[in-house]
Amino acid sequence: MSVDTQLRFDREAITAYSQANQEPAWFLEKRLAAFDAAQTLELPKLEKTKLDNWNTDQFQPFVTADKAANAAALDEVVKDQIDEAQASSLIVQKNASVVLATLADDIKAQGVIYTDIQTAVREHGDLVQKYLNQAVQADEHRIAALHQAVINGGVFLYVPKNTEVSVPLQAVYQVAGDGALVSPHIIIVAENHSRVTYVDTYVSGEGQGMVAQSIVEVFVGAGAHVQVASVRSLSTDVTDYTFRRAIVEQDGKMEWILGEMNAGNTVANNTSVLKGRGSHADTKSITIGLGSQRQNLTSQVQHIGTHTESSMLSKAVMTDEAVAILNGITKIEKGAEKANGEQAENILMLSPQARGDANPILLIDEDDVKAGHAASVGRFSEESLYYLMSRGISRKEAERLIILGFLDPVVAEIPVEEVRNRLRQALERKLAR
Amino acid sequence: MANVHLEIKNLRARIEEKEILKGLTLEIKGGEIHAIMGPNGTGKSTLASTLMGHPKYEVTEGSVSLNGEDVLEMDVTERARAGLFLAMQYPSEITGVTNSDFLRSAINAKRGEGNEISLMKFIRELDGKMGTLEMDESFAHRYLNEGFSGGEKKRNEILQMMMLQPSLCILDEIDSGLDIDALKIVAKGVNEMRSEDRGFLIITHYQRLLDYITPDFVHVMMQGRIVKSGGPELAARLEAEGYDWIKAELGIEDETVNANL
Ligand SMILES: Nc1ncnc2c1ncn2[C@@H]1O[C@H](COP(=O)(O)OP(=O)(O)OP(=O)(O)O)[C@@H](O)[C@H]1O
Ligand SMILES: [Mg+2]
Repeated sequence: MSVDTQLRFDREAITAYSQANQEPAWFLEKRLAAFDAAQTLELPKLEKTKLDNWNTDQFQPFVTADKAANAAALDEVVKDQIDEAQASSLIVQKNASVVLATLADDIKAQGVIYTDIQTAVREHGDLVQKYLNQAVQADEHRIAALHQAVINGGVFLYVPKNTEVSVPLQAVYQVAGDGALVSPHIIIVAENHSRVTYVDTYVSGEGQGMVAQSIVEVFVGAGAHVQVASVRSLSTDVTDYTFRRAIVEQDGKMEWILGEMNAGNTVANNTSVLKGRGSHADTKSITIGLGSQRQNLTSQVQHIGTHTESSMLSKAVMTDEAVAILNGITKIEKGAEKANGEQAENILMLSPQARGDANPILLIDEDDVKAGHAASVGRFSEESLYYLMSRGISRKEAERLIILGFLDPVVAEIPVEEVRNRLRQALERKLAR
Repeated sequence: MANVHLEIKNLRARIEEKEILKGLTLEIKGGEIHAIMGPNGTGKSTLASTLMGHPKYEVTEGSVSLNGEDVLEMDVTERARAGLFLAMQYPSEITGVTNSDFLRSAINAKRGEGNEISLMKFIRELDGKMGTLEMDESFAHRYLNEGFSGGEKKRNEILQMMMLQPSLCILDEIDSGLDIDALKIVAKGVNEMRSEDRGFLIITHYQRLLDYITPDFVHVMMQGRIVKSGGPELAARLEAEGYDWIKAELGIEDETVNANL
């Protein structure tokens, strides 16, 4: 469609923003090339969801915000998301501005780079250039191109080889105000045999017609172990598009923990490319569909190397008239001998008007592999409700317990306590509505 | 605490158009233990479920009151809070909810907001009661009834009863699936709870349970009604002679609820 839709920004606005942030010329060129490409590229093709009528490009990309002097000065909605004790390694972005960026001295001393993306292109240009768009290309579809043109934040995380970062590095992305956009580009590089956990949350303030679009590129070196946890709690006024992709080298391990707790329409694609022999990916994702929300959530693994292993588990609770399409794609390429890919999608339906589709897709081009899937769509058990109520628990509380219980096998397995708690919090918040 | 008084009058209930309880009358007071026996399919579990308010059963006639309050007007939660408790013949398994979280929610639901039990006190009580029932402490952290053996589920029902301290306890075949040691343990739990402020309705097929929990009254259920009542000696005679003599005495051919009355 939107070739003829009037955008609310142009080359001049992009150039001005880039210059205001003192970006190097090569980065601005990439932005402008993507902006031009966006005019002709198509929207991404999704299973059972058409994006034609979604807000994919009607936003003001460069709304700036004031810096916060310290964590205490952040907006309440942001403060709710951070663990004060670990706020020493934290990046907070609001619309098109980084409002806070700190990194603990001891982590800095390890040679770790953790900085907002604009600082990164200025100070670590060569390194950023080496990885940018190596996992997700800007011309894959119109949203990727639009994103590249208007990247208005994000982080660059670089962990040198053999380095273990002992605490989770945190980021919070906030969008607020009519037509505002948050469009972070996140690059995580874990060199060989390093180890790191990155945790982010997405929150929104007042406003209408807001958009979030994010791209996450992760590079897991040989023997490295990366955990990425993302909890999204955006309001009904935000449309959210996310594309995350990890490339995993030999014996590397990628772990994704995804709490899709948005109240608004959401598209998320999460892909692990198991390139190196013996590399490993684990994806856990939960969502609650509410109101008339539409979600299309894809978990995907591509097995390229031999002896690669993956597991994906998605759980969805569907209420009201919400719709969620859960796609699980296990792709095993020719030559990926002894690969093993397992996936499961479980949906709990709480309302007859809701819709939950589980689509397990196995694409296998190699004989000597194992692959399996299990998909289930279940209804609320009246018998279970009765049992809980017969002990004096109210119907509402019983429903809450059953929902949390349905999701708990995923939540309880989250290795980082803080992430676990934050996800539980987001869950409770969404259920309380 | 007010003494307990449950009054069931001429209760009729059906499930999916099929009438199962056909005019049942029974009165239970604090301090009393009533046993209900009867052949399979005569409506014993239906009585228990109907009293608790299972959504599948529809009461068509009669009344049930607990301490003068109309039980049939209450939803399941309210009945529990009023003091009714049913140890079920087939308890549900609930994934993801640990036994101890569930118990704490149940206790706090009854105590009300602002009056929650302290975590320490809860743990102390739970430990103590699990001790009485000789349950391994791992059962506190397992998901509710999930993967529990038949006997473990029964013990867990009694654990809930002991933690919630209800005033009218209905036990539906709490002895089925229990080995003899477990039976004694469960009976010990029940006997510990005997009090002037608590009534019991115990559904069982076997005299064995009643050896350990001596009832004050024994009732025989057939065709969805109580057809005979007596003292503990009635249970002993049923154990020895079966039900045929009662059927002969009352001229009953088909004892199930399918019989045309
Ligand atoms: N959902 C149902 N649909 C149809 N009939 C039912 C249903 N539930 C119970 N019944 C019937 O009601 C009758 C009484 O069942 P109930 O479970 O109350 O018997 P019971 O006396 O507890 O038997 P038992 O000793 O075997 O436990 C049975 O004939 C049973 O098949
Ligand atoms: Mg029964």
